[in-house]
Amino acid sequence: MNITDFTRKIEEEFEDLQKNSLSSEDVLRDKFTWDSINALIFLAHVNVEYDVEITADELIKSVTVQDLYNLVYSKVQIKG
Amino acid sequence: MAIFQVPNINIAGISACVPEDEYNNNNYDWISEKERETLIKTIGVETKRHAKKGTTTSDLCFVAADSLINKLGWNRSEIDLLIFVSQSRDYIIPATSGLLQEKLSLSKSCVAFDISLGCSGYIYGLSVIGSMMATGRINKGFLLTGDISTLNTSFKDKSAFPLFGDAGTATAIELSNNAEPMMFHLQTDGSGYDAIIIPDGGIRNFADKDSSFEYKNISEGIFRNNFNIALDGIKVFNFSLREVKPNITKLLQEFELTIDDIDYFVFHQANKLMNETIRKQLKLDPAKVPYSLKEFGNTSSASIPLTIVTELSKEVKNSKLTFLLSGFGVGLSWGSVILQIDKIVCPSILTYKD
Repeated sequence: MNITDFTRKIEEEFEDLQKNSLSSEDVLRDKFTWDSINALIFLAHVNVEYDVEITADELIKSVTVQDLYNLVYSKVQIKG
Repeated sequence: MAIFQVPNINIAGISACVPEDEYNNNNYDWISEKERETLIKTIGVETKRHAKKGTTTSDLCFVAADSLINKLGWNRSEIDLLIFVSQSRDYIIPATSGLLQEKLSLSKSCVAFDISLGCSGYIYGLSVIGSMMATGRINKGFLLTGDISTLNTSFKDKSAFPLFGDAGTATAIELSNNAEPMMFHLQTDGSGYDAIIIPDGGIRNFADKDSSFEYKNISEGIFRNNFNIALDGIKVFNFSLREVKPNITKLLQEFELTIDDIDYFVFHQANKLMNETIRKQLKLDPAKVPYSLKEFGNTSSASIPLTIVTELSKEVKNSKLTFLLSGFGVGLSWGSVILQIDKIVCPSILTYKD
């Protein structure tokens, strides 16, 4: 997995995001409504796409797209 | 590990009953129109039925059972077992099953008791009624499942109010030497007891003059008191995405079956996002995974039989089919069963005029 691919897939997942509109430094909650429903949509997305589980605390601590990528990437690595 | 078979048990009929009042989530003005649209699309619930105050789950189950007994032409004196699975009982004491035994004019030789489970309740109920009938050589039994969930849900709780609908169901079970075994896999994780909880009103937090009915602001869009149901959305979500797939995979493996051997997968109707994620994890064809969520919402232990009644009645009336049923949630409790449904009695959904 790489961050470009990860970012493009997030854009596909959320209707409010335009294609190629996100960069790794972007703070997600500034780009669109980052509410509880969208958080669940994100959890479902990474579960199906990368087979990893993210907790509410981890999600709250992740501010930028890069943070989210690092979080998911570290979990994918642990799973081997 | 609770993986086991129950032989000689046949489902003879399934029926379901809902209250007449329909609530449309498009009218849920506690949240903005934009948020409402996203919510409805994500949880997949457009309408659901709300019981009037005073109507109980047993009222709905009674109508479902009474009508099914008549349709089957069963003699009421032959029904020797009645199990009521619900978390919305008529009274704190006594058990509701006795009231139903009397109301349905069943005999005094009838065994009747309650089981307190929600989302997993239909699967657990089938395992208990099947096991008792198979070992006790009881010829005819009824499994009644359902909940009134809307009464204890706060309108000002956007995480719970739009989800739940009320329903009661009845499943007629008979002993049959020709029946193929039902295959179960049941599991529990009580460490997540507070992921779905009504904290007050039981013995731990007894209702008395010091109880507070005051609504507290829990988070944005969520006001409730301790007698309302509280959902920890992310906890329940992660639990279901973690546990349901391995539960099903293990069950199939144990009995040397594959996904292709199953005609229909009927899941507890939790919410669209969760159920679709599980469907994708298992790589199931959407045509094999029916939903009643859109019209009836999450109906707790009624959701699996209700979905069979509303989405598959033609199929179950006319064919012999292999089903995998799976329930998961409150407890935390979850389980799956593989069983045959062979040309059963399955009347159209009934409406309770309360």
